Amino acid sequence: MAALTREETQALVQEVLEVYPEKAKKDRAKHIMVNDKSLESSKKCITSNRKSLPGVMTMRGCAYAGSKGVVWGPIKDMISISHGPIGCGQYARGGRRNYYVGTTGVDTFCEINFTSDFQEKDIVFGGDKKLTKLIDEIEMLFPLNKGISVQSECPIGLIGDDIEAVSKKAAAQIGKPVVPVRCEGFRGVSQSLGHHIANDSVRDWILSNRDGQAFEKTPYDVAILGDYNIGGDAWASRILLEEMGLRVVAQWSGDGTLAEMENTPNVKLNLLHCYRSMNYISRHMEEKYGIPWLEYNFFGPTKIAESLRAIAAHFDDKIKEGAERVIEKYTAPMNEVIAKYKPRLQGKKVMLYVGGLRPRHVVGAYEDLGMEVVGTGYEFAHNDDYDRTMKDMGDATLIYDDATGHELDEFVKAMKPDLIGSGIKEKYVFHKMGFPFRQMHSWDYSGPYHGYDGFAIFAKDMDLTLNNPCWKMLKAPWDKSEPAAEQKAA
Amino acid sequence: MANIMIRRGDEGYVFYMPKRDIEDKIVSMEFDTPEKWGGELKLKNGGLYFIEPQAAPARLPYSVRAKRLDGVE
Repeated sequence: MAALTREETQALVQEVLEVYPEKAKKDRAKHIMVNDKSLESSKKCITSNRKSLPGVMTMRGCAYAGSKGVVWGPIKDMISISHGPIGCGQYARGGRRNYYVGTTGVDTFCEINFTSDFQEKDIVFGGDKKLTKLIDEIEMLFPLNKGISVQSECPIGLIGDDIEAVSKKAAAQIGKPVVPVRCEGFRGVSQSLGHHIANDSVRDWILSNRDGQAFEKTPYDVAILGDYNIGGDAWASRILLEEMGLRVVAQWSGDGTLAEMENTPNVKLNLLHCYRSMNYISRHMEEKYGIPWLEYNFFGPTKIAESLRAIAAHFDDKIKEGAERVIEKYTAPMNEVIAKYKPRLQGKKVMLYVGGLRPRHVVGAYEDLGMEVVGTGYEFAHNDDYDRTMKDMGDATLIYDDATGHELDEFVKAMKPDLIGSGIKEKYVFHKMGFPFRQMHSWDYSGPYHGYDGFAIFAKDMDLTLNNPCWKMLKAPWDKSEPAAEQKAA
Repeated sequence: MANIMIRRGDEGYVFYMPKRDIEDKIVSMEFDTPEKWGGELKLKNGGLYFIEPQAAPARLPYSVRAKRLDGVE
């Protein structure tokens, strides 16, 4: 059951939109819907992937963030050059905590900011020479890199530098892939186009590099796609797959390497966690190499069991038995976790506003803990994401696309959730409003949250946040409500 | 004209247009024989598209140019 009825939710939306000017109100109304589970397509109820309204506060990122920050950045043995002014690279450096194994600066490079540090003269005279020099320097200082990607920032597209030509020349010279990525920040309406551009550049420059080369296959080869190993997520997923008898050939792209990506066309099945950022390459591999792909969800024991069975259905009885064995093995410890935390979290309401896959994927994990998600929304989803979300969310719950600062504040004030899960930009606003808050983009410096091991951490974190005594102390003594004062007097 | 991808779903063909993020079941296809394949595609959401009739592709999924005739975008 939802916290509010359909009519109440609709009235709330109307009330919140009231402050906008007529035109803005009309536009924003299209981005907010009250969920109706009976519908199959979100097309008529919610508009998504449109340009944010000028003048409102949006939480979106840019195409460069989607390409460098999400897809290319976590590949550990490649160097991603932030080509342009220094700021973009500096702020996109390691913020998502994509964990990896390796010696940073020797054979792995995710946490280092490589940038061409554009100055005025580079804008005026072009930066191609600087890029050539930069690649030479990288080759000299970091000879163990396996390849280089050139992530363009806005000015590169504006001044018309030919990074493709430079990359081709450099690749021939150093004998490693050098990938030009045209992910200038002004492209598209959000980071979503950056994901697409990054996928396309992987397709064009990386994927077919080892076609025709020998590869020792097994019938149980799979690849994990769209898991960026935030706080160790991909590791927590990988051990489950390996335990059921599968061989994980590649991780895209958290803790992944260039060789893994080049070997991916040899797998039997692509397992897709973040649909939004990697469905493009999955579809391409399905067409070119005939590899089927499957979306899965490793948040919370219910969804994990469902996903493990769905994955096993693509293989023979040995794997099916393996899946049952894994589920069986973890049932008891998971019941223990639920028994411990469910009484403390039961019946609490959660509001989410994240990106990628989480607004729908974590719903199952919260439900396992007896909590209810009353509102959810994406920063940069497309309609196919909302089609999937509608099925996972309860009836008459609130769904918002590219919510503005004002809308989020007002929804929270009206619905009074017990917990809010959103990004860093929203974190301190809601802290100051006195709401328990988890940063769900990179797990608030915790994690992993994927897999069975992750669920135990997830449950603990939610409990620590929600039942933290500090939330009762946020009100100044002179602002305390009357009943409390009376009690003291009595 | 836009690129679409046709793949086989659990029940019949599935239509996907990357540019508009439309993914839907194909309710009917005008020609569906090995020699002649394509023509008018009717989607579950009411959309109507046309692909040039051609020999059926050896393998699905298959990318092809399609023209929008009618219905929702």
